[in-house]
Amino acid sequence: MRFSERWLRTLVNPALGTAELCDALTMAGLEVESVERAAPAFSGVVVARIEAVAPHPSADRLYVATVDVGHEGRRTIVCGAPNVAAGQIVPCALDGARLPGGVAIGVTRVRGVDSQGMLCSAAELGLGDDASGLLVLGHADAGTRVDARAGAGPAAVPGDAPLVPGTELRDALALDDALITIKLTPNRPDCLSLTGIAREVAAITGARAHLPAVTAVPVDGTATRGVRIEDEDACPRFASRVIEDIDPLAPTPAWMKSRLERSGIRSISAVVDITNYVMLELGQPLHAYDDRRLDGDIVVRFARDGDTLLLLNGQTLALDRDLLLVCDAANPLGLAGIMGGERSGIGAETTRVFLEGAFWNPAVIQGKMRRLGFVSDAGYRFERGVDFELGPAGVERATELILAICGGRAGPLSDVVATLPARTPIRLRSARVAKLLGIPLSPEAIADIFDRLALPATRHGDDFLVTPPSYRFDLAIEEDLVEEVARIHGYDAIPARLGAHESAMLPAPEGQRSVSAIRHRFAARGWQEIVTFGFVAAVTERLLDPDARPIDVLNPIAAQFDVMRTTLLPGLIGTLQTNLRRRIAFARIFEAGRVFLRDGLAQPARIGGLAFGTAMPEQWGAKGRRVDLYDIEGDLAAVVAPLVVATHASPRPWLHPGRSAGLRIGGVIVGWLGELHPRLLQPLDLPSAPVVFELDMAALQAVPVPVGRAVSRMPSVRRDIAIICSENIAVREILDTLRETAPVAVEAVEVFDVYRGAEIGAGRKSVAILVLMRDTQRTLTDADSERVVAGLVATLKERFGATLR
Amino acid sequence: MNDLESIVAAAKAEFAACGDPPALENAKARFLGKGGTLTLALKGLRELGGDARAARGAAINVAKSEVEAALSARREALAEAKLASQLASEALDVSLPGRGMPAGSLHPLTRTVERIETLFHSLGFAIADGPEIEDDFHNFTALNTPENHPARSMHDTFYVEGGMVLRTHTSPVQVRWMETHAPPIRIIAPGRVYRVDSDATHSPMFHQVEGLWIGDDVSFADLKGVFREFLRHFFERDDLALRFRPSFFPFTEPSAEVDMRFGDGGWLEIAGCGQVHPNVLRMAGIDPERWQGVAFGMGPDRLAMLRYGVDDLRLFYENDLRFLAQFA
Repeated sequence: MRFSERWLRTLVNPALGTAELCDALTMAGLEVESVERAAPAFSGVVVARIEAVAPHPSADRLYVATVDVGHEGRRTIVCGAPNVAAGQIVPCALDGARLPGGVAIGVTRVRGVDSQGMLCSAAELGLGDDASGLLVLGHADAGTRVDARAGAGPAAVPGDAPLVPGTELRDALALDDALITIKLTPNRPDCLSLTGIAREVAAITGARAHLPAVTAVPVDGTATRGVRIEDEDACPRFASRVIEDIDPLAPTPAWMKSRLERSGIRSISAVVDITNYVMLELGQPLHAYDDRRLDGDIVVRFARDGDTLLLLNGQTLALDRDLLLVCDAANPLGLAGIMGGERSGIGAETTRVFLEGAFWNPAVIQGKMRRLGFVSDAGYRFERGVDFELGPAGVERATELILAICGGRAGPLSDVVATLPARTPIRLRSARVAKLLGIPLSPEAIADIFDRLALPATRHGDDFLVTPPSYRFDLAIEEDLVEEVARIHGYDAIPARLGAHESAMLPAPEGQRSVSAIRHRFAARGWQEIVTFGFVAAVTERLLDPDARPIDVLNPIAAQFDVMRTTLLPGLIGTLQTNLRRRIAFARIFEAGRVFLRDGLAQPARIGGLAFGTAMPEQWGAKGRRVDLYDIEGDLAAVVAPLVVATHASPRPWLHPGRSAGLRIGGVIVGWLGELHPRLLQPLDLPSAPVVFELDMAALQAVPVPVGRAVSRMPSVRRDIAIICSENIAVREILDTLRETAPVAVEAVEVFDVYRGAEIGAGRKSVAILVLMRDTQRTLTDADSERVVAGLVATLKERFGATLR
Repeated sequence: MNDLESIVAAAKAEFAACGDPPALENAKARFLGKGGTLTLALKGLRELGGDARAARGAAINVAKSEVEAALSARREALAEAKLASQLASEALDVSLPGRGMPAGSLHPLTRTVERIETLFHSLGFAIADGPEIEDDFHNFTALNTPENHPARSMHDTFYVEGGMVLRTHTSPVQVRWMETHAPPIRIIAPGRVYRVDSDATHSPMFHQVEGLWIGDDVSFADLKGVFREFLRHFFERDDLALRFRPSFFPFTEPSAEVDMRFGDGGWLEIAGCGQVHPNVLRMAGIDPERWQGVAFGMGPDRLAMLRYGVDDLRLFYENDLRFLAQFA
């Protein structure tokens, strides 16, 4: 909602400057979003009347104008504007004037003629974009315009002076004005008008409001049009009137145009402008129909199958059955409360107007514009709630203005009223106010606040019964009134209290590791956390996995964010791409976040990582080896400890089939690890394959609470076994087998070398294994350890056909 | 100089001339070995008798002690010299940088959320979590925002298949918590949220931290108190001003917007909050006459920008590793 400060001050004029007024509005919940000046700074520009225009004696495209600048006398001014003509009222910058941007105006000689100032365009004064010609303010010979400005304009408005030559332009056009934009919350539709804002300003500042008093116009016409409401719940009130014999070409007076423009509404024609003006002034949206195009009675009904309507915005709608229509006997005329139809709109030949000022049930309007894909000023107000008592007043006020500006004869007012919204009194307990706000407020203070808000309240002991006015749609329960009390009392006046808190200690389950702890473990091992969007490109998802079935985003903000990720991989790869473009060639990145699966709409939290480049950043004393799967597996082992992650063959479409593994913890599949599949490098524009992994977060969080067992003081014995076995046998199987079958004295079995070479033979490998043994009670003898090793070797021979090297 | 004194002098001179332990051991043999001069002198005692023998014996012992002392001193000196030369040869250029992986770090937004969690945890707030693909009921209806309510236009919502939405705020988590927990309640729920919006100060995905505090008499004054306390500790600055101004959220009544500023700077919106609307409590099965409380939703992205002097929100989501490394 944007409005002119000067207009507001005609209704309520608190003793506050612009900034203080805006601050007061903001602190009362009417957030001032911006304050703009109506015009940039300039001085020395007055209203001038062009008396005569002659061609310049020595320049084809220039003219010499003689202008009347009132008490300043006459000036001769050289002018190049193609539209200059005698009789025009235009702005004239006098000798000594300063225009926006600091341009100084003086007497200059132009091709042999003295120019005593400058006639200005809108652009030169910063009043618009039009630089094509002079800003024509009016015509002295077409007296009606000046008269309209002077006459119909509210004389009480300060600054709205008539356009008399010699008047300062800033005064004449009320340019010393601020355009205030407030960001209204959906609960305050009553402030979508100057009257509403004035009422609010009065409440918060204590200044007296002089709200527009609407009186019934004398009825001197006889034309009427019947109104039939088919659904009274949807349309509880429909006020209307026919006005005959208006001048369809009457121009909108400048003061009205200016107020509309300063509210962000374009001037269209006098009648349409008047309906918009009344909407801004009082808050009642009106619709004006070309009465000559209406056929029979007005009917308010819901749409029927086959109904269509060409709207004023040029859109043709096939109408759904839940759309409420204003129709005549033959056709739909418009979408009730939202937008009129093209066929019955006001045109240049409209001499008879049918004015509508209705109350539409907000529930009937709500959601419709979102579905239709546009927002109208009327619909915006009706879906939030318009004062249901205001319809007739709106019609009367518009009639008054139409008669003054366009002439005509007003027919009798019709006001069809069904059941208007009930306004049940709300009970407010003073004790409740104190308890919710945390401050004691006396019933007297509360009564005073209701008084300032002009809320009808009756006091019963310490309680109140408050009947919400017809313009308030946000007051229904006690808490709503508590907010009103708090708002006017001032949120600032409520102290900040850090009171007693319950002392119950929060649980800290040790068997449940936090996501934060896991993140910190990765970071401690040199991994950088990233945060990427939950939506990714479907093409990336399908490139990684042709069978991916990600969940579609129905209204993506961009094509590359059209599905929900099923893996963290796209974000990791995208981050790698971004950094590679910036010549960053080493990356260890991870992200913790949800992925989104179609099956059962599961949204598990995962942690995924990507390693790219060398095993360590380039540095002295470390070989520049490419990072490989084992580097990352080692990091994962350290991060997940005390859990143990085991690898197993498990091909995934996005991983190198020979350089990837499924990951298990406690026998449960929890993720995967491997080199990105080489087929993806070219489409993803990657110079080499990163190593990537992803793990279920939940699987990493459940950890055993440690049990501290005593350790043996006996010395350990180490024996190394070197075996030769087939290449097909995974080392993991060998180790698992040894660990499972070894006697209790075996404390650890680890691999410490894997060797392939000619002396071993093709298709075979040598695996060197260390066996650490210890007895809790005695020192193991050589014989003991040799017996154990012999047993293990026998097992390996039996299970894997392995031989001692 | 008698013969013993010459022997001692000779031994000292020879030991001093020895450059390594083998040479020293050879020299030792010449004086103290089987055929060494002092050994021979001791053997010569047999030819003496009486007092002369005793006197000569004592003199030889003195000489022997002196030689042995000289020997052990020279041994130590040689060992010292050897160690010194070994240490010299082993010296490293300690100015070379250390080897290994660079420091990793948490993303600045995670860092911020963790700080928020820590501060609220110290006030007894538990951490809650909820889904990002949310149903209409939890994102809107249970928060007193029925279908077609104009307040829905306050959020530009992303829709996904199956009539679901990407949650537009973390407020659904308070509903989910109340469905499963009885008051008193004290939680915060950090998480990712989504709105159709993108520019220097808006990202289509961003973070929120929801707070819910329900008790016997948790009031607006408590809400102001907890916020003031939180911001004071979060920013660790004394020139921080805070204001609460009336606003509207369907799920709180009264509602407020929280603005803050440093010194004379402009006001910045950092949170929305209010008393939990009785309809929300009722829908969650909580009697609003028995329990009351406050809810708030703040933007950690904005807080991180203010805390770390970042002026473009998009930097957080671009993930340039050089930018992120600053938060190690």
